[in-house]
Amino acid sequence: MEGFLLQVLSGLATGGIYASLALAVVMIFKATNLVNFAQGEMAMFSTYLAWQLLDWGMPYWGAFFLTIALAFVGGVVIERVVIRPFESHAAVLAVVTVFIGLFLILNSLAGWTWDHIIKVFPSPFPSGSVLGGYLSGHQLGLLGVTLSVLALVYLFFRFTPLGLAMRAAAENPESSRLVGIRVSWMLALGWGLAGALGAVAGMMVAPIVYLEPNMMAFVLIYAFAGALLGGIDNPWGAVVGGFTVGVLENVMGTYVVGTELKLSVALVIIITVLVAKPSGLFGKQLVTRV
Amino acid sequence: MTYFGLSTRNWKFFGLAVLLVAACVLPFLVSNYRTFQFTLVLVNSIALLGINILTGYNGQISLGHGAFYAIGAFTAAILMDQAGVPYWATVPAAGAVCLMAGFLFGLPALRLEGLYLALATLALGVAMPQLLKYKGIEQWTGGVQGIVIIKPDAPLGLAINSDQWVYFFTLAVTVIMFLIGWNLLRGRVGRAIVAIRDQPIAAQAMGINTAMYKSLTFGVSAMFTGVAGALGAIAVQFVAPDSFAIGLSFAFLFGSVIGGIFSVSGAVYGAMFLLFIPNISEGISKAAPQAIFGTFLIVFMFVMPAGIAGSIRYAWAWVQRRTGAGPAKN
Repeated sequence: MEGFLLQVLSGLATGGIYASLALAVVMIFKATNLVNFAQGEMAMFSTYLAWQLLDWGMPYWGAFFLTIALAFVGGVVIERVVIRPFESHAAVLAVVTVFIGLFLILNSLAGWTWDHIIKVFPSPFPSGSVLGGYLSGHQLGLLGVTLSVLALVYLFFRFTPLGLAMRAAAENPESSRLVGIRVSWMLALGWGLAGALGAVAGMMVAPIVYLEPNMMAFVLIYAFAGALLGGIDNPWGAVVGGFTVGVLENVMGTYVVGTELKLSVALVIIITVLVAKPSGLFGKQLVTRV
Repeated sequence: MTYFGLSTRNWKFFGLAVLLVAACVLPFLVSNYRTFQFTLVLVNSIALLGINILTGYNGQISLGHGAFYAIGAFTAAILMDQAGVPYWATVPAAGAVCLMAGFLFGLPALRLEGLYLALATLALGVAMPQLLKYKGIEQWTGGVQGIVIIKPDAPLGLAINSDQWVYFFTLAVTVIMFLIGWNLLRGRVGRAIVAIRDQPIAAQAMGINTAMYKSLTFGVSAMFTGVAGALGAIAVQFVAPDSFAIGLSFAFLFGSVIGGIFSVSGAVYGAMFLLFIPNISEGISKAAPQAIFGTFLIVFMFVMPAGIAGSIRYAWAWVQRRTGAGPAKN
C-alpha cells in the first residue's frame, strides 16, 4: 500500500509537468483550433536558454524568470513570423507540416548550439526527501511551482481585462473584432503564454529527465494524452487530465505493463479517448452542421 | 496534342522508358556506394507513395508511418533470421503483415479527422521503438541489438555484385509497386478515395462505403510502407528499434510534401530529395541539416504547396498555354 501511495504521489509530481504542457497545448487549440506539435520543442529550447543563463553565472530564480520572459517573446515571434501567414488558409496538412518543420528546426538548432551531450540541469529545491520519504524535494517543489503557475493562469484569464479579451477572441473572433479587440494580436499573446508555460514545464522536468534536444518528445506525448483525456478545448480538463496521466503512467508502469512499455500507456490512452469519447472527460461535444 | 510528332501521352511513355533504361544502366556507371544510395532512393519512394495515397489522395494525415516501415523491416528480418525464408519471399510477407496492421489501426482511426488522426499516429510513431524493444518479444526482435541480415548474392551466376543485385531487385519491386499504386488511383477506386477527402458526405450519398474505403486506404498505404521497410532492411542488412524513431516518420511526411503529396511521381522526387539534400545541406552547415530540412519544409509550404511534382505540372500547363496548345479554355 505504501508503495502504491509512493507511485501515486510521484505520479502527481510528473503529472504537474504534463498538466502545464497540456495547458499550453489547449491554450493554442482554443485560440486557433490547432494542435501545436512543436510545443515540446519550444519548451526544450527555452530550457536550454535557462541552462545557458545559469552557465553564465546567473542566480537560479533570475534565470528562471528571464527564461519565461524570453519564451513568451519567442512564442509571440513564432506566431507572427511562421504561423500567421497560414492563419487564413488553414488546410490541416499545411499547418501540420509547418509545425513539423518548426519541430525539426528547434530540435536541430538546440543540438547544434549546445551539443547533443546530455547535460545536468540544476533544481532549486533541496535534494533530500520530504513528507516522510514519499516525495523528493524537487518533486514537492515542482508540484508547488506547477500549481502556482496554473493558479496564476486562472487568475489572469478570470480577472484581468486582457485575459477577458483573449477569451473573447478565442470564443468569437468576429464579435470581438467589432468591440475593438485586436484578435490577431490576442492569438500572438496566446502563443506567448503557451511558450512561457512550456518553459516552466521544461525547466521543471529537466532535472528529472536531464537536458538534451529530445527530452520533451515523450513528455509531449503524455501531455497530448492528458489534454485529450480532459477534453482538448477545456483548460481545467487539461490540468486534471495531465495529473491523471501522470498517475496512470506511474501506476501502470509499476504494476501492470512494466516500465519499458510506459509510453504505450500514453498511446492506449490517446486511442481509447479518441475512439470512445473524442470530446474527452470535460470537453464540449462538437456538433458539426452539414 | 502533338509535339515533334508525338502526343502528350506518348511523350510521357517515352519519358518513362528513358527513365527506366537510365535506372537500369545506372549501377554500372557509379560506385557501389552510390548504387546503395540509389537503392535507398527507390526504397524511400515506395514508402512515400504510401504516404501520398493516404495523406495526399485520401486526406488522412499520418505522422507515424515510420512505425509501419519498422514493422515491415522487422517482419522481413525475423523471417530471414529465424525461419530461414529467402529474402525475396519476405517482401510480400512484410506487405501482407503491414496491410493487416494498417487496416486494424485504420479501424479506430476512422473516427478521427485531421489533427486528431495526426495526434494518434504521432503517438504510434513515438511508441514503436519502445514496443519493439519489449522483453517479451526480444528472442525474435533481438532487443536493442537488432538483427543483422546477410546481403543476398545475384542468382544464376549473373556477373554483378550483390550491391547491384539488391539494386535491381529493389528496382523491380519499385516498378511493380508504382504500377499497383498508379492503377489503384487512376480508376474508380482512386476517384472514390479522392471524393472521400473532398466531400465525405457527398461521397457517402453516392454510395461509397467511406468507412471501408478509409480503413482499406490506411491498410494499403501501410502495405506500401511495409514493403519499403522490408526492402530497406535487405539493403541496409541491419534492423534495430532505434533506427525507426519518430524522425523517420517526419522524414517521410517531409519527403512527400516536398515531392508533391498529391501525385504518384512526387514520391520519386521526394525520395531523391530525402537522400541527397542532407549531403548538400551539410555543405551549408555541418551540424544542422535538420534545421535546413525544417526551413525547406516551411518555405515549400509558402511558395510551392503542391511540391515538385505539382510545380512541374504547373510549368507544363504554362508551356502548353504559351504555345497555344493547352487544353481548350471554357
